[in-house]
Amino acid sequence: MNWVNAIIQGVLLGGLYALIACGLSLTFGVMRIVNLAHGDLAVCGAYLGLVLSTAAGVPVWVTLPLLLPAAFAVGVALQVLLLGRALRHGVLAPVLVTFGLSVMIENLLQVSATSDPRGLNGGALALASLHIGSITVSWLFLTAFLAACVVLSGLQLTLSHTSWGRRVRATSDDLDTARLVGVRVLRVFAGVAGVAVATAALAGVFIGTIGTFDPLTGANTLIFAFEAVVIGGIGSLWGTLAGGVILGITQGLVGQANESYAVLAVYLLCLAVLAVRPGGLFTSRQAAREVPAAGAPG
Amino acid sequence: MSESAVDTALLEVSGLDVFYRDFQALFGVSLSVPRGGATALVGANGAGKTTLLRTIAGAQPAASGFVRYQGSDVTAAPPYQRISRGIALVPEGRKLFPSLTVEENILVGASAAASNSWPLERIYGAFPMIARRRRQRASTLSGGEQQAVAIARALASGPALLLLDEISLGLSPLIVGELYETLSGLRSAGATLLIVEQDLRRAMDACESVVCLFEGRVALAAPAADLTREQIIAAYFGQDRS
Repeated sequence: MNWVNAIIQGVLLGGLYALIACGLSLTFGVMRIVNLAHGDLAVCGAYLGLVLSTAAGVPVWVTLPLLLPAAFAVGVALQVLLLGRALRHGVLAPVLVTFGLSVMIENLLQVSATSDPRGLNGGALALASLHIGSITVSWLFLTAFLAACVVLSGLQLTLSHTSWGRRVRATSDDLDTARLVGVRVLRVFAGVAGVAVATAALAGVFIGTIGTFDPLTGANTLIFAFEAVVIGGIGSLWGTLAGGVILGITQGLVGQANESYAVLAVYLLCLAVLAVRPGGLFTSRQAAREVPAAGAPG
Repeated sequence: MSESAVDTALLEVSGLDVFYRDFQALFGVSLSVPRGGATALVGANGAGKTTLLRTIAGAQPAASGFVRYQGSDVTAAPPYQRISRGIALVPEGRKLFPSLTVEENILVGASAAASNSWPLERIYGAFPMIARRRRQRASTLSGGEQQAVAIARALASGPALLLLDEISLGLSPLIVGELYETLSGLRSAGATLLIVEQDLRRAMDACESVVCLFEGRVALAAPAADLTREQIIAAYFGQDRS
């Protein structure tokens, strides 16, 4: 029964990994930016939740209608003011900029919020659990998993079936041509960045209610998100969800056998996927194909 | 250029210099496209034809000179603004969005539409060969079908000026014939065409004026009826007409 339990916990944890990872995947898929500050932005979401819920004296869930639009706005502003400018100077510049952003966020948080670990007020949900036979499932984990499923499938449906989604996919396929046929790619970028930071902030809120967080939590978060994206394949949100779940199950099962190898096993799995299927387990050949660079025709 | 030519020109390009970093692709290119006509843009590979079309469409910045469309200066306007005024480009190599379906490709073309004069039904009517493929990924189509989708994507923006870059490249003469028939239909519907075409005979048949570029400069610009094949070929290779 312990093994079944490990798998269930792993699946639920995987949902949270996927929620963190989907913004990373989207940002890379559309803007070709590897956002090294993504985990730190998630932690910022947790701190913002902490400030708002403490000030209002309510569980952090109540603050989401304010927190998520604020995170979206931060994402838009980051893209327009910082990353968009960096993108004009080649592929490396945005990587350096997001690395710098990560360092800055971590240090600013340490200065302003100290490095004490914090937790978020999850209200009644944080204490409730569901008993199925001898297995106990925390409602909080279940909610995080369901939220991840709703967010990822909502995003996937939006990308597949709306005109905004069509423009995002066209931009991801071929930026130069998208611009040429009238897509306002800077607006697409801003929207995608907003969604990415909003999902990161939501993930941050779950991280903060499930466990504790401190200014340096972002770095670890980023690594897990990366691994979910690598395993699932870049640009495929279903793949990201599956990647997160595989990550969670691996961690759960190995942890059941020997806790000290759990994280190592995840890294090895990620390495194996990179070696065998560098495009990820769930991408078609189409999506894994390198997007042709905009050439200079004669 | 006479006064009357300026008055009736839909598109007027003047003194255009365009660079790719240090490489200058266009040198003071001037050209006038009258409303309602078809102009062929010919020249050897690397003469600057694609660059000129991309500059007119807004994909390539001009270092100097101007692009005037319907009497207003659009030299600095981004592509979506030019599209919403009625300039659309069918790029060289078709450049469809491979992961999108045929219909999605066409709908993306309508993102900044100038008018809704080309709803999907009308587009499918003009290109019956792609109507039955509308739900297929663009990357699964044949070359001719892909070219038709690329033209359809440009039409979806309701253009008054259609720029077509090498639409017959790599296609069978039969398909090319069909495409040109569709183009002549567009002309009768009032569209103005600027066509880059390697096949000189087809270019001279389809267009009433010919502009030949040589090494980034206009080597020849005249009504097709006034030109012989030999004159165009001479300009093509940069030989002085004497």
